[in-house]
Amino acid sequence: MSHHVIEFIDTSYNYPDGNMGVVNANLRIQHGESVAIIGANGAGKSTLLKLLVGIMLPKKGEIRLGDIPVTPKTMSIIRQRIGFTFQEPEDQLFNATVYDDVAFGPRNYGLEEKEVEKRVLRAAQTVGIGHLLQRAPYKLSGGEKRAASIATVLSLEPDVLAMDEPTAALDPKSRRKLIQLLQGFEHTKIIATHDLDLALELCSRTVVLKDGTVVYDGPTVDIMHNSQLLEDCGLEQPLTLQGCNSCMK
Amino acid sequence: MANITKAYYKMFILDELAAQDTVIHRISPVVKLLVTLAYLIVVVSYGKYDIMGLFPLVFYPVCIMAAGNIPLKPMLSGLVVSMPLIIGVGIFNPVLERTVVMTLFGIDISAGFISFIALLFKCCLTVLAALLLLSTTGMNKISAALHRMHVPKVFIMQLLLTYRYISVLLVEASRIYNAYSLRAPGQNGINSKVWGSLIGQLLLRTYDRAYRVYQGMKLRGFDNQYYGVNLQKATKIDKWYLVGWAAFFLAARFINITMLLGLLTIEVIK
Repeated sequence: MSHHVIEFIDTSYNYPDGNMGVVNANLRIQHGESVAIIGANGAGKSTLLKLLVGIMLPKKGEIRLGDIPVTPKTMSIIRQRIGFTFQEPEDQLFNATVYDDVAFGPRNYGLEEKEVEKRVLRAAQTVGIGHLLQRAPYKLSGGEKRAASIATVLSLEPDVLAMDEPTAALDPKSRRKLIQLLQGFEHTKIIATHDLDLALELCSRTVVLKDGTVVYDGPTVDIMHNSQLLEDCGLEQPLTLQGCNSCMK
Repeated sequence: MANITKAYYKMFILDELAAQDTVIHRISPVVKLLVTLAYLIVVVSYGKYDIMGLFPLVFYPVCIMAAGNIPLKPMLSGLVVSMPLIIGVGIFNPVLERTVVMTLFGIDISAGFISFIALLFKCCLTVLAALLLLSTTGMNKISAALHRMHVPKVFIMQLLLTYRYISVLLVEASRIYNAYSLRAPGQNGINSKVWGSLIGQLLLRTYDRAYRVYQGMKLRGFDNQYYGVNLQKATKIDKWYLVGWAAFFLAARFINITMLLGLLTIEVIK
């Protein structure tokens, strides 16, 4: 299963306007790991994920999924193995029905319609949206849209799930459902998030970015108790670790 | 502009209507596309003053709406949207062709006025036929039908992406309008001074959003190739549907049904 190992080797990316997106990132993510990428706004979290799926290509260094480097030539296989969900689920839902959106990927990979149907039903069942397949995506609630956007990548049966701010704009109940759903996945998970409680609950490992540079890479529990480092990076401890202001406990 | 949000939701009504399961919806998309094309050709083939000849062709949209369970309201909304263009094209006909060809209740009717009405009539019938095709078939199946008819993929992709871009445009326009109107109370519409910057913003934002949607497509294997839904082979019913409508269109075009019905009515009254 070594082909699921993800490696960022001295990876750097700077935007055309000169802003540094990612600076000399060195990361090795093993198969089955759940890794949270945290940092302040503009720290480079989304850039790191976009580099991983080849939306952007590194200016320096390289990224590998097992033996395969992320290059324009390998893009098709990389994108089949890494399912990426956007911060805004509507960017992934552009068909007339949820079914068509979930089927979009498998159809593009030339699968037979019977196999496409099987995959759509399996992905929908996994995220609990089987009853929404014939609905128009714009009519779904925020939580349902998020679940549908995850189904659109699950139908490709990826090895790795990369998610950009999966809990953004979700109500507490939808957020809880999403966390439970993700806990059930055996995929390698890489989650860029501001939701540190989610990171604490879901990811055993956390990478902290500051101005594009990796300033911490280690156990989530340790960094969440390091309030000084979190503060330096424009973050604060998860609410579950903060004392109660009312009862002072 | 206040109705942008409404327009956005209305646009999806056609997609929802297309998801129904009626006798018309079950007809092969290729056959429906061919029938619609034949209908359009027949409608535009009439002479510029031939209003009476067009009347029998009203039967087609009425029949499709009844059998396909398509409500009248969204169809009329679609017609209203296309009206300004047609009125713009034909509005000068009454001015340019002033020859009086008949007098109705003491009012002189010019040839230009008749040609203008005929143009409006043709426009209504053709737009209605296109809307009915969309609301009984859906854009994906229409694209698949075009693919089956060997239309180049690049044109099909343009059609599909343009159709989706309209919704992106409407969402962004609605957001910009809401943000503007909340900070500009008591104004009717948008002040002409800010039109330029708002339209510029709209263009940039829709471009940005369209690019993100494109990235979403690329990540799921989209390779600038069309991979649409698979279409079933045409059945006997499909073939009869095609033959039936073709026969009706030809009859309407070459036999003066309106006059025959008129003569028949007069004979019955006598």
